Amino acid sequence: MKSDKSKLTFWLLLSPLVIWLATLIVLPHVGMFLVSLREKVGIREYETSFANYAVFFNEPLYWNTFARTAYMSIAATLLTLFIGFPIAYYIAKLTRGRTKTTLFLMCLIPFWVSELVRTFGWMILLRETGVVSQLLQYAGLVDGPIEMLYNDAAIMTGLVYTSMLFMVVPLVTTLDSLDDSLIEAGYDLGGTSFSILREIVIPHAMPGIVSGCIVVFMLSLGNYLTPILLGGKDSLWFTGLIYSQFITRFNWELGSAFGFLLLGLSSLIVFLGLKLSGQSLSKTMAR
Amino acid sequence: MNLKIMLSTVAIVALSTTAQAETLRLLTWGGYAPDDVVAKFEAETGHKVEVTKSNNEEMIAKLRATNGGGFDLAQPSQDRIAGPQAEFGIYKPLDLSKIETALFIPSMLEATKGNTTYEGDVYGVPHIWGTSGLIVNSSTAADIKDYTDLCNDSVSGKVSYRLKRATLTGFAFAMGMDPFAAYGDEAAYKDILDKVEAKLIECKSNVKAYWDGGDEIKNLLRSGEVVAAMAWDTGGWQLNEDNADINYVAPTSGALGWIDTFAIPARGRADEAAYAWINFVMKPEIAAMITESAGNFTASQGGDANVNDALKQRYQASFPQEAIDNVKWYPVVPAGLEVLEGAALDRINAAQ
Amino acid sequence: MPSTPDLECRAISKSFKDFKAVRDISFSVPQGTFFSILGPSGCGKTTLLRMIAGFQEPSSGDLLIKGKSMLNVAPNKRPVSMVFQHLALFPMMSIGANVGFGLRQRGVNKSDIKKQVEQVLERVGLGGTSDRAVSSLSGGQKQRVAIARCMVLEPDVLLLDEPLGALDLKLREHMKIELKQLQSEFNTTFVYITHDQSEALVMSDQIAVMNHGVFEQVGTAKELYYEPQTAFVAGFVGEANRFHATVNTVKDGVLNLKTPEGKSLSSLDLGQGLANGNKVDVFVRPEAVRLSRIAKDVAKMGNTGTGIVENVLFNGANSQLILRDATNAASMNVALPQTGEFRDLAVGDTVHFGWAPEQTRCFAHQGN
Repeated sequence: MKSDKSKLTFWLLLSPLVIWLATLIVLPHVGMFLVSLREKVGIREYETSFANYAVFFNEPLYWNTFARTAYMSIAATLLTLFIGFPIAYYIAKLTRGRTKTTLFLMCLIPFWVSELVRTFGWMILLRETGVVSQLLQYAGLVDGPIEMLYNDAAIMTGLVYTSMLFMVVPLVTTLDSLDDSLIEAGYDLGGTSFSILREIVIPHAMPGIVSGCIVVFMLSLGNYLTPILLGGKDSLWFTGLIYSQFITRFNWELGSAFGFLLLGLSSLIVFLGLKLSGQSLSKTMAR
Repeated sequence: MNLKIMLSTVAIVALSTTAQAETLRLLTWGGYAPDDVVAKFEAETGHKVEVTKSNNEEMIAKLRATNGGGFDLAQPSQDRIAGPQAEFGIYKPLDLSKIETALFIPSMLEATKGNTTYEGDVYGVPHIWGTSGLIVNSSTAADIKDYTDLCNDSVSGKVSYRLKRATLTGFAFAMGMDPFAAYGDEAAYKDILDKVEAKLIECKSNVKAYWDGGDEIKNLLRSGEVVAAMAWDTGGWQLNEDNADINYVAPTSGALGWIDTFAIPARGRADEAAYAWINFVMKPEIAAMITESAGNFTASQGGDANVNDALKQRYQASFPQEAIDNVKWYPVVPAGLEVLEGAALDRINAAQ
Repeated sequence: MPSTPDLECRAISKSFKDFKAVRDISFSVPQGTFFSILGPSGCGKTTLLRMIAGFQEPSSGDLLIKGKSMLNVAPNKRPVSMVFQHLALFPMMSIGANVGFGLRQRGVNKSDIKKQVEQVLERVGLGGTSDRAVSSLSGGQKQRVAIARCMVLEPDVLLLDEPLGALDLKLREHMKIELKQLQSEFNTTFVYITHDQSEALVMSDQIAVMNHGVFEQVGTAKELYYEPQTAFVAGFVGEANRFHATVNTVKDGVLNLKTPEGKSLSSLDLGQGLANGNKVDVFVRPEAVRLSRIAKDVAKMGNTGTGIVENVLFNGANSQLILRDATNAASMNVALPQTGEFRDLAVGDTVHFGWAPEQTRCFAHQGN
């Protein structure tokens, strides 16, 4: 009797999550998968086949774009990690109380405005007639206006900026849980700053590093606005490709196949990343 | 404040209970349904209007997603009706008896009816027309007369256009080919596309950025970062107000003419209101209000009479009579053509 | 002694903002000594230890290890090692990697590290555990790994920051003995800080009792217990009953004291210069008090009284009586001898008690 009751409670508590997952994640994906298996053979005529998937592998443009997106996202992830780690270390270990809260809030501030506004902000800064270019000219560092927009570096800047919080938060959390005495013990036993970082701090922060990297990688891979608005004339992004298949080409079938390939390939990259870093997803998420 | 909301709620309830009053969910372009026109329409007819701003591709995508539901009136371009209708069946045939055809410029109405006919039914009537051509800053890029001139060394790195089918079409004409004539012949059209693709890839180094939205290209031109672009006529005329050097130019090979229409989605629920809206906005004095807001002229008979002189002047400066005669009006896009064009555009985008 | 001490502090001080944590402390610790710093929390002992380890800079004074000043030497360059309060073993490393950490930092080659790690683990009784995870060890074993991790570096001084605090009572008793054994085995100078007097008393060769940033007294366990030099030491080391009193007469090296209630006490004059009318604090240890059922037995002891048993705190060998003095109503703790004589003593019984003047310690009353 009692166990029946507790079972009911369990399912009732779980039901919002299950309903949410089922209606918003699972069902659309099943639908999308079915669409991706349709091959268009004529007007309003479809056959079931893997032709849409074949298109991806037969057209170098598509997998080149995917490879480029993946490689840029990995680069953005690493860059975010290298910039975010010292920030997180500073916040977690070298500040206390109010300063800590203030710094944490400062990481949060960019998220008070929409991604679109943030991206336009970068456009205003980086464009040829923009703030940075004019400052450099005013300072006499350059002779003419310089264009910093519309290239991969601009995309990278935008991605890193957008992702920073998602790297800093898990890092601060794990670094916060690192007992200061471990670092002191490291020094006491003759360790240098570098060896302590390598042997004590990084291994301890590994779950935070991995979960931060997964989130940032996924965010970058799935980003749409930043690469489209900041990117140059040959900077294709895979999500842009999916968008154009769905919206401007009316080709839902290929768009769905691309969507699934993105899901599969990004999962594969995350899996390889976990394997390479010797972490497991459950271990990372449990922290 | 609360009282206001309550009163308006009461008003809505009251309106929806009257047999005639309907809510018109309008899927249209920016500027096509200005607030003053909407207010006037609501006051006169008792119908209520909800405006959603969009563009050709999104309109089709949205209607496709709902099998033609969610909206009661849409405004796609006339060349983009028959093809999507054949593939997705997202519109319902128009009842021409409910439209006051006398309000329309007859030639434009007939041309649109012809282009939007599918299996014997008419699906669209014209509303607003305009062209795409070149916007040129004459102080720095006076030599740009045609689309292919955008590839001149003199404007290297200061050029912008869209990666859309209009660009493919414009370049094809400028290269001395006639893509419209090849619409029925896939091989011939493919041949034209290949040549245009090669030209656009070669031209890529001249491009500063491919623009996406109307505001983006206006910003680029206004700041001087771009001196010549392929764009819509209204953008050029708006820029001309602020900077006399910048103006819209009809290319020598011909501006590309488009007509945006009225079409009723297959599962639209407020047909009465939709027809009422069509007949309302085609009245000359209302058409003039919309021209002021959208910047483009309408298919309303006599609708240009009330438009302000400045806009008329700019229009006349850009379009001497021979330029008007030279406008290339888009014919119906056959289903499936967009796939070919899409692949070409992707390759151009990806080319290094 | 001609040889230089392992550790020497000269007038060392540490101030934080408006608070002086350590005030002009000077002491030296000869080689091989087990030196404890005993004090209540907040007395500055941790600050002192951290200055020795190098995590904090002294505000003034000098600190020498084997005769060399350590003032501008970083903690990772000092020949001292520290066992942290919560041990600070690296959870991300195996036991062997923990112990070998310091050697790796010194660039010792791998096979030597392995040999030395195994040797030191052997010495602390944990041979063959090198590949196991730290989390697989019990509290006491972790303790030994923490010591092995330091000792493998052969430091001149080993600092220990209350390492037994986290252990349960039984294990703590056991580790006290074990630590002392390890210390004599390695023959290394240990500097041990604690607030637990029994840890300090059992293990140490020398104990410094610290309070409010200064050393109250430095000496062996016996000296501190039998001859406390200050009221604080008398109260802090061991148990003591405490009375307020006023000096009545000073005669032939014997002080006659009067409590406010009129009870008369006598104590030896230890030359503190106490004079008639001085207010004093009087201390007497519970175990120094003798009990008897017959008044005559204790009548000659110099300090006598009659009390009513208010409570019997039975705790085996450490059993105590709480008496209410019949004359001045003061509460008194008295150790209950386990000779069987007082086995049937019950609440409400009357007993006589007394102690010798030599067992009384009195100090000029401080403050209020």
